[in-house]
Amino acid sequence: MRTYHQLTDPDRSGLLDQIGAQRRRVAERLAGVKRIVAVMSGKGGVGKSYVTANVARALARAGRSVGVLDADLNGPTIPGLLQIAPNAPPHPPAVGLDGVKCISMGQFLDAGAPLAFTGPAAESFVWRGAMEASALREFLGDVEWGDLDVLLLDLPPGMQRYVELCDILGNPPPVLTVTIPTPESRDAVRRAMRAAVDHGSEVLGIVENMVGGELQGTAGDDLASEFATPVVARIPWHPTPDTWDQLAARLSGAQRTADGAR
Amino acid sequence: MKFLCVECDQQMAFAERELPGDGTLAATFKCPKCGRVVAMLTNPMETQLVSSLGVEIGGRTVPAEPFEMVRANVVTTVGLSWSADAQERLSRVPSFVRGMVKKIYADYARERGITEITPAIMDTARAELGLEGM
Repeated sequence: MRTYHQLTDPDRSGLLDQIGAQRRRVAERLAGVKRIVAVMSGKGGVGKSYVTANVARALARAGRSVGVLDADLNGPTIPGLLQIAPNAPPHPPAVGLDGVKCISMGQFLDAGAPLAFTGPAAESFVWRGAMEASALREFLGDVEWGDLDVLLLDLPPGMQRYVELCDILGNPPPVLTVTIPTPESRDAVRRAMRAAVDHGSEVLGIVENMVGGELQGTAGDDLASEFATPVVARIPWHPTPDTWDQLAARLSGAQRTADGAR
Repeated sequence: MKFLCVECDQQMAFAERELPGDGTLAATFKCPKCGRVVAMLTNPMETQLVSSLGVEIGGRTVPAEPFEMVRANVVTTVGLSWSADAQERLSRVPSFVRGMVKKIYADYARERGITEITPAIMDTARAELGLEGM
């Protein structure tokens, strides 16, 4: 009896072609985006979304066209941070503070409602991950960003969404990692950074958040030394707009350097 | 996934797709040589897994709409309400299982496109799901 690969007649469903078309759609939609940066951390509660939103705003104030894709599908906070109205239409993308464009699952959910999908409730863990990956693909492939200088991707804690992102983009994006000073955060972020490096992502630097308070440790310096990447900012508990402007300028400078090296 | 007519050693061709509306899927495949037809039947979980990939069994006939999967599959509370009678009946369920019972009825309604849960819907769900006493 012949095996799967020995059957060569065209598949009318064309499932692989459909998957290929999805990937082309993502590539075409992102063609006008000069740079994609994933903001990530292996740990929750370190302020990834807060950093993402404020870096985006600072870049926009500096004259860059900026978009933010809120990839934290289960805990979307970017619309609130950019003051985008709940249920703002996603097509074209909503525009928030300082002209930052945004797409978020928060625009599809009712206020306070958790992300849930229709479908058989029994053993939903089997298909829920695929649903979330598919939603991320739609966010990447369906938003009409237009020409952007930077698209920031706000990733949730953990590495699953980053891996999905690499698969969908077909190319690992540069990453900006966020940590707090504690050794616990360092250890969790280290795993995420290791995974990102192993996937081939460029590490743009480390943002050490919540510095100067009761959180003790040297996570930023430890990780910077270990991964030979700079601490691009230490964010105090009460940052000013200047804090973010300096970080944005540093990231822009790093981008120019990287572009010049190509 | 492909189907082989072993007797003819021929790859069977996709013929038809049916969505009965209960979360299952039926796709038929026909042998181009002998004409034998087989049906592939998937349970709701299997159907959902295919759906989650954003692909169409049998091929896509129209381009995907923006956010097609998200709009079709993300649950919003808009469109699902509880009648006053249904709410009163739910309130009589012991509190330690009330959340679970409410979710069962809500899932039942969503899977069937029901927009308002009434005592009659609850009765039907109980009978169909074997939940007598809830």
